[in-house]
Amino acid sequence: MAKTITKENFKEIVLQSDKPVLVDFWAAWCRPCQMLGPIVEQLASEVDGLAVVGKVNVDEQPELANEFRIMSIPTILVFKNGKLAGNTVGVRQKDELRRLLGV
Amino acid sequence: MYDTIVIGSGPAGITAAIYLKRSNKNVLVISKPGGAMAHDTLIDNYYGFPGGVTGAQLLDLGIKQAKDLGIEVISEEVIAIDKLTDFSVITSKHTFESKTVILATGKARQTLKIKGFNQFKGKGISFCVTCDGFFFRQKKLALVGYNDYMLHELKDMEYLTNDITIFTNGHELTVDVNYPVVKDIITEIKGDEFGVTHILTADTHYDVQGIFVALGTPSAADFATRIGAVVENGNLIVDQDYQTNVEGLFACGDAIGGVLQITKASNDGMQTAISLKKYLKSKTA
Repeated sequence: MAKTITKENFKEIVLQSDKPVLVDFWAAWCRPCQMLGPIVEQLASEVDGLAVVGKVNVDEQPELANEFRIMSIPTILVFKNGKLAGNTVGVRQKDELRRLLGV
Repeated sequence: MYDTIVIGSGPAGITAAIYLKRSNKNVLVISKPGGAMAHDTLIDNYYGFPGGVTGAQLLDLGIKQAKDLGIEVISEEVIAIDKLTDFSVITSKHTFESKTVILATGKARQTLKIKGFNQFKGKGISFCVTCDGFFFRQKKLALVGYNDYMLHELKDMEYLTNDITIFTNGHELTVDVNYPVVKDIITEIKGDEFGVTHILTADTHYDVQGIFVALGTPSAADFATRIGAVVENGNLIVDQDYQTNVEGLFACGDAIGGVLQITKASNDGMQTAISLKKYLKSKTA
């Protein structure tokens, strides 16, 4: 299951992870985000143990949305070794997200 | 409540409508005149037309065939599609309800060729007020457009801010608005690491913090993106049943890519009709 990421746990879950991390910035009112949600969850179970998949609710975590200059949702960011390594905007297929993760 | 609303009256849309109507489905076709085929001066590789046929003739024949079968075909511009359980298809004049929608609008060939446009897409330039408006509350915003589609987006933008300027990018405004209007052609979009900062025309720099684009006629990809369907390189992604990842939303013809040929489009339309019938049956079973 995708992890809920907050500004409190961001460092630990995302930046200090020794596995690639995919973060889905979303909101409950965003229709495309609702469609991407199940795809991200499927990916989370598929890559369990190989990579980390998390979700940031931009309504609840405006600081994180600001920090990464999110201006369109859903936005997917991928982090590797604590650094931003990829991004994509809009609903994407699971295989494409997995390619971004590189696992 | 229609069983399906087909958007687009080219070979994909009309073929789907004909097959569905012949299976006693309640079908509405909505389309705007034109489309890629209308510009084909002579099609001489299509079955059954020795000597060729013009695109416009073939389109007219298709629409006539549909109407003769009792299919309702209306000429209105679709400006939005919404989905709760069922679909609402909104035109400049009406809202129609249906169980399913087939997007057969062809391939959008219109993009904004402006310096800086691609660079700031998703970084201050957005195509969807209801998706991204949240990030632009109380900002100084530009809306690029000139018609009913623009007006539809403007209504959603008014919840965000009153500081809106309309840029028609050289087009004549076809609707009334109570905001400043710039009719000059946009020459460049400038910005910095935080997003867009300026719209440039030949002789003026306009300060902006966000740009929404609703120019011309929305394409299948525009509708699909808002509902949450997967779009890659301007093509809608469908499964083997011509269904997108949004339940009940089907797409066929040029809108899904592949060879941009009439024979392929009408085959798509037939396959979509067959899948859609199965889908409707599974919903009532």
